[in-house]
Amino acid sequence: MRLMMPAAVAEFVRRYGVVMSASIVLTCAVWVLVIVVLPQILMVDYSFRPSLPPSRQGGPEDVYTLKNYVTLFSNPINLAIFFKTIWSSALVTAVALAVCYPIAYYLAQVASGRRAALLVLGLIVPYWVNEILRAFAWFLMMARNGLFNTVLTEAGLIAEPITFLGTIPAVLVGMVYAYVLFMVFPIYSSLESLDRNQVEAARDLGAGWWRIHWRIAIPHAKPGIAVGCIMTFMLAAGSYAVPAILGGPQSRWFTEVIYAQFFEGLNWNQGAAYAFILLVLCILFILAMMRLFRVGLTEIAR
Amino acid sequence: MTSSAVIRIFVGLYLTVFFAYLFLPLFFMVGAAFNDSRFPSVLPWQGGTLKWFGELFADPMLGESLVNSLIIGLGVVALSVPIGLAAALLLTRFQSRARTLLYGVMVSPVLTPGVILGISTLVFWRRFDVAGGILLTVLAQTSFIASYCMLMFMARLQRFDPALEEAALDLGASHLQAFRRIVIPFLMPAILSAAFIAFLQSFENYNTTLFVYGSDRPLTVYLASKVRIGLTPAVNALAVIFILLTVAGAIAYELLRRRERARSALARAHARLATAGDDRGSPTPAAAEPARA
Repeated sequence: MRLMMPAAVAEFVRRYGVVMSASIVLTCAVWVLVIVVLPQILMVDYSFRPSLPPSRQGGPEDVYTLKNYVTLFSNPINLAIFFKTIWSSALVTAVALAVCYPIAYYLAQVASGRRAALLVLGLIVPYWVNEILRAFAWFLMMARNGLFNTVLTEAGLIAEPITFLGTIPAVLVGMVYAYVLFMVFPIYSSLESLDRNQVEAARDLGAGWWRIHWRIAIPHAKPGIAVGCIMTFMLAAGSYAVPAILGGPQSRWFTEVIYAQFFEGLNWNQGAAYAFILLVLCILFILAMMRLFRVGLTEIAR
Repeated sequence: MTSSAVIRIFVGLYLTVFFAYLFLPLFFMVGAAFNDSRFPSVLPWQGGTLKWFGELFADPMLGESLVNSLIIGLGVVALSVPIGLAAALLLTRFQSRARTLLYGVMVSPVLTPGVILGISTLVFWRRFDVAGGILLTVLAQTSFIASYCMLMFMARLQRFDPALEEAALDLGASHLQAFRRIVIPFLMPAILSAAFIAFLQSFENYNTTLFVYGSDRPLTVYLASKVRIGLTPAVNALAVIFILLTVAGAIAYELLRRRERARSALARAHARLATAGDDRGSPTPAAAEPARA
C-alpha cells in the first residue's frame, strides 16, 4: 500500500499540474485543519482543563482534570436534563420516521409525473422555512390566548385555557414539526431508485402489502432511513431554538445548559465538556444506526 | 367497496392531513401579521392592517441585522464554494486508501450538531484573541456549508468524463487552460447551485451562529430575540418577509434546477437519435449517453 500513495499523488499532479495540485491540497488542508479538526481538538482539550482566570492559565493549576465531566454526574438536575434530551430526541426520531415513511413511499412509488413533482415542491417550500419560525408558528397556536385555546373555548369544550407552552409534549410536537422533512427526503430519494416492477412482481406472486414493505421496500430504503434517523436525532438533540421558544424551566434542553455555561455561568471549560458529551452521544447514535441498518459512511453522506 | 378503494381513500386522507399539518401553522402565522389585533393571532379577526410592517420597519436593528446577514452570507459563499470544489476534486481524482478517512473527516461537519461547530470555533479562536463577530460566524458556518458544497460538486463530477480533460492536455492545453475551459464550464451549474445553497444555509442558520456572532447580530438572531422578548404581530411581519425571501429563493432554485435537468435530458435524447443508427437494440439508453453536453 505504501507504493500506492506516491502513484496516486503522481497521477493527481499529472492531471492538474504542480501549481493547481498544490492549491487544491492547500485549500483542503486549511479547511480540514483550521476550520474543522483543530477547533474540535482544542474544544476537547479545553474540556479537560479547569476554569481559571486568564492570569492563572498555563500556571501550575492548569493541569488536565476530569472535573468538568464529573460535574455532569454529580449534578442531578443537569444529568436528568441530559437523559431527557436523549430519550426525547429518540422519541422525536421514531415519530418522524413513522409519519414520514408512508409519505416518502407514496411520493417515490405511487404518485406519478406532475402530481409527484408538485407534492415534492410542496415539501421543499416548508423545508426552507426557518426553524425559529416553525417553532414560533406553534408558539402562537399553543399560547394561552392562541388558536387552540380560542377554538376549544369557543366550542365550549374547555372553560379555562390549557397551558401547553413550557411542557415537554409542546417541545416534542414542535420538534417533530421542525425536523420532519429531514426524514422525508432521504427516504424518498432511496425509495425512488426502487424498481416499481419489483414491487409489481411481488404483488403478482401473492405478497400482501405488509410483506411488500417488510421484505422489499424497507430493505431497499435502509440507507435513507438511516440518514433520516441520524439527521433527525442530531437536529433534535442539538436543537436550541425549539426548546427555547416552546419550552420553559420544566422542559430545559441539554443545549440550553451548554449555552448557559458559556454566556451565563461563563465557565467555558464546563461548557466545552458538555458540548463534547453531546458530540459523543451523536457519534454513538450514528454508529448504532450504521450497525442496525448495515450501511457504510459513503452511503450515509450522499 | 373494494379494498383498493379503501386504501386509496385512506392514502388521500393521510396526504391531506400531512400537508395541512405542514402548511396550516405557517398560514396562521402569516395571517396574524395582517390582523389588527395586539396579540398575534388570526382569531378573532379584527380587520386587515399593514401597521405591523410599519412597526417592524421603524426598528433600526432590522436593517443592521439584515446587512450583517448579507455580509456573512457572501463571506460563506466566497469560502465554501472554492473549498467544496477543491475537496470534491481531491476526493474524486485522488485514488488512495487515505481517501475514505479523508472523506469521513470532510463530511463529518454535516453530521455534527450545529451548536458544537459554533462552540469549537469560539473556543479555538479565543486562543488567538479573536472574539465572536462576523469573521467567526463566517468561519463557523463555512465548516459545514463547505461540506454541502463538496457533496454537490462530487455528485456532478461523477458524471464527468475524465477523458475530456486528458484530451485537452494531450492537445497541448496547459493544466490551467484545461481546468478553465473544460472542467469549470462542466461544473458551472453545480457552482451556481452550490453558491445559492451556501447563501441560503448561511442566511437561515441559527444554531452555529448563536455562539459566535459576538455583537454583530444577523437576522436569525434578531428574529429569535424578537420571538422571545417582544410578542407583537411585528414579529409575524418579519416572519412573512423571511418566508417570502426564502420561498422565492427556493422556488427559483428548484425551477432552475429542473430547467437544467430538462436541458441535459434533451441533449441526451438528441445524442441518442444521432447514434441510433449504430446502437439500435441496445438495452440500456445510458449506453448512448453523449459526451455530456
